[in-house]
Amino acid sequence: MRLVPVVLAMLAFLLPGCEREERAFRPPPGRETSTSTAEYEDRAQDVSTGKQLFSWFNCNGCHANGGGDSGPALIDDKWIYGSSADAIAATIREGRPRGMPSFKNKATEEQIRQLAAYVRSLAGQVSSDTAPGRNDDMRPHPPESRLPASAPVGDAKARVQP
Amino acid sequence: MNRFLAVLFCAVLGGCGGQQSILNPQGPEAHNLTALFWCFTAILAVVWIVTMLALGASLLRRSQAPQIVAARWVGAAAVVTGLILLVLTGLSYATQRVLYHSSPGGELVIRVTGHQWWWEARYENDDPSQVFTTANELHIPTGRPIEIKLTTADVIHSFWVPGLFGKMDLINGIENAIRFSASEAGILRGQCAEFCGYQHAHMALTVVAEPPEAFEAWRSGQLAPARAVSARGEQVFLSNPCASCHTIRGSGAGGRVGPDLTHLFSRNHLASGTLAMTRGALAAWIVDPQSIKPGAKMPAVALRPTDIHPLLDYLEGLR
Repeated sequence: MRLVPVVLAMLAFLLPGCEREERAFRPPPGRETSTSTAEYEDRAQDVSTGKQLFSWFNCNGCHANGGGDSGPALIDDKWIYGSSADAIAATIREGRPRGMPSFKNKATEEQIRQLAAYVRSLAGQVSSDTAPGRNDDMRPHPPESRLPASAPVGDAKARVQP
Repeated sequence: MNRFLAVLFCAVLGGCGGQQSILNPQGPEAHNLTALFWCFTAILAVVWIVTMLALGASLLRRSQAPQIVAARWVGAAAVVTGLILLVLTGLSYATQRVLYHSSPGGELVIRVTGHQWWWEARYENDDPSQVFTTANELHIPTGRPIEIKLTTADVIHSFWVPGLFGKMDLINGIENAIRFSASEAGILRGQCAEFCGYQHAHMALTVVAEPPEAFEAWRSGQLAPARAVSARGEQVFLSNPCASCHTIRGSGAGGRVGPDLTHLFSRNHLASGTLAMTRGALAAWIVDPQSIKPGAKMPAVALRPTDIHPLLDYLEGLR
């Protein structure tokens, strides 16, 4: 039968419908402390929620999209206090000298981890299938999911996307 | 079988009255829509009955009339069908012309913004000191034209209070407007009528139509800043993540992400029509919102057990 491969190929189109990730609406008590921050990067829902919180909490007020007005830009690979998800979460939670406020009592631990995951996606450190897609409004750079892993500092040419 | 049918019929009856029904119009615009509904229903019922009678008659007695006579009957029926369609279209058009007339001026303007999954309502005024924001519950004076300006903060929603007007979508980047008025005092329920995500079904709003004096009293109450009945509760609110999303005017909390809570306890419902506004429901909502409304943007905040009652005292005082 010639039909069999065709039917199989068509059935294969159904595969993308399979569950990609499970969304835990109500994390078991203590998830924040027992799971590593890095796990948040594996869930598209958490990274996208982090993106939403990034503007809701006005992070972009200081760390403006790609520019950085009073805070450093977060799209390069220059990390003053370390690039690991836990280090970024600690920065958000405790604050840092010279301007970065502490968000310990302004955001929940869950939200801080989601923000940290999103900040890493800004620098292209998160897998492209979990990083957020394009924005509704215009942006000066490609969506987080299409950002290349950030180039070494100073090599501006490698980072610019036409 | 008969009992089963009777039960089925009772289930349908639920649509006839109540707070959220197009068959229970509370204003002139809604009366127009209900009249249009009954007009369509009556005409189409007559058409259906006549069609069924003709079908039955033709099955029962096979007429020996020549084909030309049958063709004349069919032709006449087609012409009548066309005429009925024209009449219904005309009725619909005429009603829409009345409903979507341009603004005569002097309306009470309320800007409603849809969020996943709650309604933000801003009462506009030429005098900035008379502008205030509330959420999930609209109060409107009876007898005065109301203009609702509709827009959205995220996805497309649809504003639908069946007792007052038809559906109108809230679309990103566009400002839609509807105008209506309420003729009788009463509490009506509305709902988002465009699927907008996980908690679309829990995106209801309450509309309280009340006499102008009662409305003015409510309005001046809403304009006033919050009264802190529990200083400790206020401190719990301000020193926890609550304050970064919610505004309570007069307290220092100015977050714009979640609903304005300045007069939270003056509303009938909590979490956009999900729960009745009681101290117990509020406690459940704060401690574990994700089991009540999974996917809502409100996170479970880890409060110390000793902080919960002062916080509830404070929130209960926001009337």
